[in-house]
Amino acid sequence: MLHYLYADELNSKPVLKNAMFKDRATQFAERLGWDVVVDAYGEERDEYDKMNPLYVIWQRPDGSHGGSMRALPTTARCMTNDHFKDITGGEIKSPLIWESTRFCLGPCADKDASQISAAIMLGGAEIGLKFGLKHAVGVFDARMVRIYRALGWSPEILGSSGGGRNRISVGLWEFSEEIRLRLCAKAGVAPELSALWIDQAFGMPRMTKVDALVG
Amino acid sequence: MLSQMEAFLERVEQCNTLGELNQVVAGLRDVFQVNHVVYHSVNSDGEPYALATYDADWAEHYEKEELYRIDPVVLSAFQRFNPYSWKSLSWEKKPARRFFLEAMDGGVGNQGVSVPIRGPHGEFSLFSLSHTCSDEEWSKFLSHWMSDLLLIGHYLHSAVRVLENMDEITEYVSLSPRETDALRLLGAGMNRGRAAEFLKISEHTLRVYIESARFKLGAANTTHAVAKAMAQGLISI
Repeated sequence: MLHYLYADELNSKPVLKNAMFKDRATQFAERLGWDVVVDAYGEERDEYDKMNPLYVIWQRPDGSHGGSMRALPTTARCMTNDHFKDITGGEIKSPLIWESTRFCLGPCADKDASQISAAIMLGGAEIGLKFGLKHAVGVFDARMVRIYRALGWSPEILGSSGGGRNRISVGLWEFSEEIRLRLCAKAGVAPELSALWIDQAFGMPRMTKVDALVG
Repeated sequence: MLSQMEAFLERVEQCNTLGELNQVVAGLRDVFQVNHVVYHSVNSDGEPYALATYDADWAEHYEKEELYRIDPVVLSAFQRFNPYSWKSLSWEKKPARRFFLEAMDGGVGNQGVSVPIRGPHGEFSLFSLSHTCSDEEWSKFLSHWMSDLLLIGHYLHSAVRVLENMDEITEYVSLSPRETDALRLLGAGMNRGRAAEFLKISEHTLRVYIESARFKLGAANTTHAVAKAMAQGLISI
């Protein structure tokens, strides 16, 4: 299932939390060779993890970490504007654009990568639609281009640096209900179930109690 | 809404004092036809204060009793950046429940929504609407207006920062080269398709640069953004 958790809520899912930061170390430090900081426990964190970001985490049916990403608003400090201005040609700032970074897949067979990616991106699409956003801006590596294309939600590329496998790009994704439904199909999640997950995370009104108060 | 948004931004821009801005906030109550509208700065640096339409009795009571210490709406703003309906918050604890009842008595309403605003200097603020209606009506209202509420909250925040002299106007308005190019070409009369072609980017990307520039300039639409950028000497045509 999809979990939507702020950093200060991660302790409610300690196993998922540790697996996410470990899988990030594997993906970004080992596989991609990015200049990231891995701690003594083999977990990768950066300064943006300290800004109480919102994580979207796909949990496999067996309870393990399937993959995840991290969201922050672009109106405050964020990674895209702090570190990739040279690629984007300047800060991208809008209340209607949030950034998505640290898109990460847990260890999985190639054939599963697409389905798990679809699930994580579905989480992103749900966030966008629920909160009235227009776009997500994100940083991604060369390997993801093919995956996004296969999912039918390719970003508009704002710029790239590096070449070949080391190519890093910044892209924009536009939210729509059509995309949400497409991702549901690719992720193998019923649209109603996906809607339920995000409602439970952010705003299934706990009205019974409040209304009881009012009488 | 577009023309209303334009009118709103124009009024915000003409404000020279926080008192005038408060009038504009009060005007939003009629635009949205809700009980109350509040802009609340909750950061500890600088004087915290609110622009609100609440009844004086309730506002005074809230301040005197320091109810922001137990108000779940305010406390949530520190932890989240997504807009939230008040009913999604936790009201189980006794002080919160008592507070809810007092707020009802104070005419706040049984529904509310808040947009937390995280600014570029690590500051927080909160833009909220409250109303009396059913859950269904409120859900509909929220899905219809959410994007506008995000924009209005952020524009108010910028305006307050400028009026309080916490931000130099120029600090907010620094257009990137691509944003400048986009506005300059549109200002020169090119349509989006041609401007995009000229800059060798897609129309979609061009739209994002315009949107970003529009936000930085506090402009309601592209024409307004071009005019403001010109007025501030950021572009020339």
